[in-house]
Amino acid sequence: MKMKSALLGAACAFAFAPAAFAERGSDGNVNVIYWQAPSILNPFLSGGTKDVEAASLMLESLARFDEKGNMQPWLATDIPTVANGGVAADLKSITWKLKPGILWSDGSPLTANDAVFTWQYCTDTSGGCAQLSKFDGVEKVEAVDDLTVKISFTNPHPYPYLPLVGAESPILQQAQFKDCLGAAASGCTEQNFNPIGTGPFKVVEFKTNDVLTLEANPNYRDPDKPHFATMTFKGGGDAEAAGRAVLETGEFDYAWNLQLSPEVLSGMQAAGKGETMVAFGTLVERIEMNLTDPSPELPEGERSTAKHPHPILSDMRVRKALSMAIDRTLLTEIGYGQAGRPTCNLVPAPEIYASPNTDCIAQDVEGAKALLDEAGWKVGSDGIREKDGKKLHLLYQTSTNAVRQDFQALIKQWWEDIGVSTELKNVSGSVFFGSDPGSPDTFPRFYADVEMYANNFPGTDPAAYLGAYTCDKAPRPETQWQGENINRFCDPEYDKLIDKLGETGDIAERAKIAIRLNEMLTKDTYTIVPLVDRGTVAAHSNTLGGVILNSWDTSIWNVADWYRVK
Amino acid sequence: MTDRTIDLKAAKPRNQWWDVWDQFRTHKGALMGMFVLGFILFCTLVGPHLWDIDPKLIDIRARAKGPSMAHPLGTDQLGRDMLARLFSGGRITIAVGMTAMVLSLVLGTFIGVVAGYFRRLDGILMRLTDLFLALPLLPLLLLMVMLFRESLVLSLGPENGVFILIVFAIGITSWMHTARIVRGDVLALKEREFVLASRSIGTPARRMILRHILPNVMSPIMVSATLGVANAVITESALSFLGLGFPPDFPTWGRLLSDGMVYINQNPERVIWPAIALSALVLSINYIGDGLRDALDPRIRGR
Amino acid sequence: MLTFTIRRLLFAIPTLLFISLVIFLILELAPGDPLADMPMTIPPDVKEKIRLSLGLGRPAYIRYGLWLYNLFVTEPSYWIDSAFHTHLADGAQRIISFQTRAPVFDTIAERIPQTLLVVGMGYLVGTLISLPIGIISAYKQYSWFDQFGTFVSMVGFSVPTFVTGVMLIVIFSVMIPSTSFFWLPSIYDTTLRVTDWNSFVLQFRQMIMPVFVLALYQAAQVSRYMRASMLDNLSMDYVRTARAKGLSERVLLLKHVLRNSLIPVITVIALGVPSIFTGAIITENVFKVNGLGQQLLLSIQGNDAPMVLTISFIFAILIVLFNLIADVLYGILDPRIRYD
Repeated sequence: MKMKSALLGAACAFAFAPAAFAERGSDGNVNVIYWQAPSILNPFLSGGTKDVEAASLMLESLARFDEKGNMQPWLATDIPTVANGGVAADLKSITWKLKPGILWSDGSPLTANDAVFTWQYCTDTSGGCAQLSKFDGVEKVEAVDDLTVKISFTNPHPYPYLPLVGAESPILQQAQFKDCLGAAASGCTEQNFNPIGTGPFKVVEFKTNDVLTLEANPNYRDPDKPHFATMTFKGGGDAEAAGRAVLETGEFDYAWNLQLSPEVLSGMQAAGKGETMVAFGTLVERIEMNLTDPSPELPEGERSTAKHPHPILSDMRVRKALSMAIDRTLLTEIGYGQAGRPTCNLVPAPEIYASPNTDCIAQDVEGAKALLDEAGWKVGSDGIREKDGKKLHLLYQTSTNAVRQDFQALIKQWWEDIGVSTELKNVSGSVFFGSDPGSPDTFPRFYADVEMYANNFPGTDPAAYLGAYTCDKAPRPETQWQGENINRFCDPEYDKLIDKLGETGDIAERAKIAIRLNEMLTKDTYTIVPLVDRGTVAAHSNTLGGVILNSWDTSIWNVADWYRVK
Repeated sequence: MTDRTIDLKAAKPRNQWWDVWDQFRTHKGALMGMFVLGFILFCTLVGPHLWDIDPKLIDIRARAKGPSMAHPLGTDQLGRDMLARLFSGGRITIAVGMTAMVLSLVLGTFIGVVAGYFRRLDGILMRLTDLFLALPLLPLLLLMVMLFRESLVLSLGPENGVFILIVFAIGITSWMHTARIVRGDVLALKEREFVLASRSIGTPARRMILRHILPNVMSPIMVSATLGVANAVITESALSFLGLGFPPDFPTWGRLLSDGMVYINQNPERVIWPAIALSALVLSINYIGDGLRDALDPRIRGR
Repeated sequence: MLTFTIRRLLFAIPTLLFISLVIFLILELAPGDPLADMPMTIPPDVKEKIRLSLGLGRPAYIRYGLWLYNLFVTEPSYWIDSAFHTHLADGAQRIISFQTRAPVFDTIAERIPQTLLVVGMGYLVGTLISLPIGIISAYKQYSWFDQFGTFVSMVGFSVPTFVTGVMLIVIFSVMIPSTSFFWLPSIYDTTLRVTDWNSFVLQFRQMIMPVFVLALYQAAQVSRYMRASMLDNLSMDYVRTARAKGLSERVLLLKHVLRNSLIPVITVIALGVPSIFTGAIITENVFKVNGLGQQLLLSIQGNDAPMVLTISFIFAILIVLFNLIADVLYGILDPRIRYD
């Protein structure tokens, strides 16, 4: 592992190495491989990470996040705050100033009208915009003058940096998309496959789900950038093949999202053609406890609803014992290596929102056994605990994925050590993460006792993420099994605190509330048992410089600064 | 075919299966195949009792190790013993492969013979074959899993329920090749002189098919059987890989292969052993099939 | 034979419509959600709006009817428009994929060339080498050639392509240094255009591994059927008669025995041709060829019903067509076979 950290250090050193004499296009071609190929280059119609990442090469927003999670002005001159007068004192509007002189890749100037148009485009109800929630509560977006955009909210917005900020909601060119409003959005293939942007590259050819060929944007605002004249953005295959292409055969320069086991990655790195990088964001692999009874004997419609509390997991002591039996450090080492950190928090970052809770890290098998004894679950003749004639048996489901199946096997063994019999089930991701109300196997439906997956929140503000666990968000038949509170957690105290968070503007105060909310879900009730804080892993070849991995924005956010190491 | 009365008159009444066995014994490849298959069956049935490490036991300190005395074939990424996994995986793999093969063979042969022999049923049966050939496999399997998994698992337990589901799914989606091939041969056969002769003396259709048609389409059926086992095993591994197969901690050879693929650089033996086992299984079945075909062919037998 | 062909072609229309309905119903009833790939950070109510914008709010029979209408009316009028510069289509909505929001036929057209090139080449090479292997193996049964052929083809068939493919990559792309003459690329470059000798060499090199893997699998299968069928015929009485008549072995083998042995082989070959079109899912994925197989897999995983339905329907047309061709060929090979 020592060599790896040394290499990481070297990667950082590369990042700061000056590339002073380079001029636009002097470094030839760069090959990028995304094993999940982009399908469409319009983030408003897709929302899939692969598509958002690819589109960010062309399309840009007012502000984006750097690798530390700080907001950086991108197309705007600076970040509006209450202090500098950019955000109104009543928190009901925000005014952005565009940098002057920015041109679209077709040579026409970027104006505030493009921003206004983007808002209209996304909020048109029949368009099916995937980023609609970014514009929640926006009353109107107006162009005060050519370079000034004012966004007004119906209610005070303590965090006004959602619309037109970050890679998910960039600014579209009005001239190009003006005929694509509403229902026409899907028919605009030419626009969706070749969006005109202000970013460092422009599309030459896009073969959907296969390969994207790009060339440097001749009108990019920095005359020396990008350093590469062309880019090939290949998709397809799997993470392993992508890692091999960069680290072992050297055919490609950059590979994204290499979710591979640490032994495989270090084996590939040993070939000496490239190195891996890790960045941590808010993605947490967790076990969710079902607080309602998923038994198939219950009539359809009552199964997994608040009407029937879970016969085993309603007892907090059982949930806590299950959590104590898990060795998170070992899980991390086996599943993610350097790309993971054991965590007890639902919100592991940014730092000010992260609770200092580390109680769960140390495994405590004896403690877990004692807790189960205390809860009345006695070890039966076959080693499985029982109470009132009922066996302590759990169905544990997750999506199909090699690492998750390893986790299942390990956790099953630990739980069996404390006398909990466990049945494993895995469901294909396209079914598990779907929301087909007819399928019994989706994660919101939760027809299992515990389930495991990972989730995160975009940007740096966890308010909406924590707001998902209020009583009214529980999936149930009346909501077509939609809803984010899949544990069916319900605590009036929690709901009150969420309301309070919605009215608080002061960052320090918000952080305090968020930490409290996080603890209510994790260490106070063990409703959610976080396991691993997962980072993003990417690899770049030794000849590609300037790569800074970012988990708060797209991983290729600074592609304009990339250069060829000679 | 000899008449029963003549048989009784013969000095030594001898069952024709003895002749088949005598012929089979002279086929070296077939004997070798029998031996290998027997060895594989012995390993998978008795092996787990001789080598009694639990294939699901995780020994985290011994993970991803190469071969050693404690673990002759090494361990996987969670420290599970590969030899034990190979043994217990073999049981499921062979059971799935054989049962699904037999199911698809019976179905395919039946439809093929009926379609080839009875002209009136030909159209409808072959359009049914076209339909099955055209169906996209994955959504169909997803649908079957959704409809039947829970009830089967509830009534038969997770292992047997999934077993029935998988065998059934593979069986009914892989009979079409056999059916088309058998039908093609039957179409040609039924115009041959001996069939015409037999028909002219009023042999009923059932007897005709069993006595005259089936023995003559044996060789493509045998090839289908051999290829069918390999096909079923590979389909099963693809299903497990997609989360439609056995529970994730259940080893099968296909699954061991696909799990081991990622580690091909570090621990190539994790791929090599299941691949050898799989090839040995298919090869032995192929040779046995060869021998059987020769032995069952009266023209070769006794020559 | 001609009336038979015409009758079968006419009968194919209701068959195909029925097949398309069954496929549609399977896709409709199978669990899955076109939005499963979208990040969980998108709230459920927004997902519901997206679903409506994809037309999923309409009842199933309307969606099926619309698909049929688009397939038989809108799409052909677009093709006529682009060929003759007419304005038949008049901006009507084509069949749009859920995933890419682009017309499915554009994507299919984009992928057909490399699918036919790589998968078709693998199929062709596999079939061509399997025929002589099968014939020689049968003629010289249990010779070393036969034993070796049996061994290779059985191993080739029983080891899945995801193993053979990756093994080849590890050997030829990783272990062999990239400066060596024997080094082969592990990732297929779909943007490569063959314009001169150099680009032809590049194209040839990047096709070697995928074609080899496909050909091995195909050859294993066909050669087994060829050998078994030849063996059957070699023990027939007419062979003895022909030999007694003094026919040369060459004529006997290639003219009489081969012709009589071809029926099962023709069936296998004809069954395989439509699958060239749907590509080879695993091999395409291993080598990143990104042909129709890879697209079909992505579409199935993403529950992209219009794409899956359209590709499966074209596949069904090919199946019906090639099975008809096989039936006609039976009649030519063995004139005794009559369908009328």
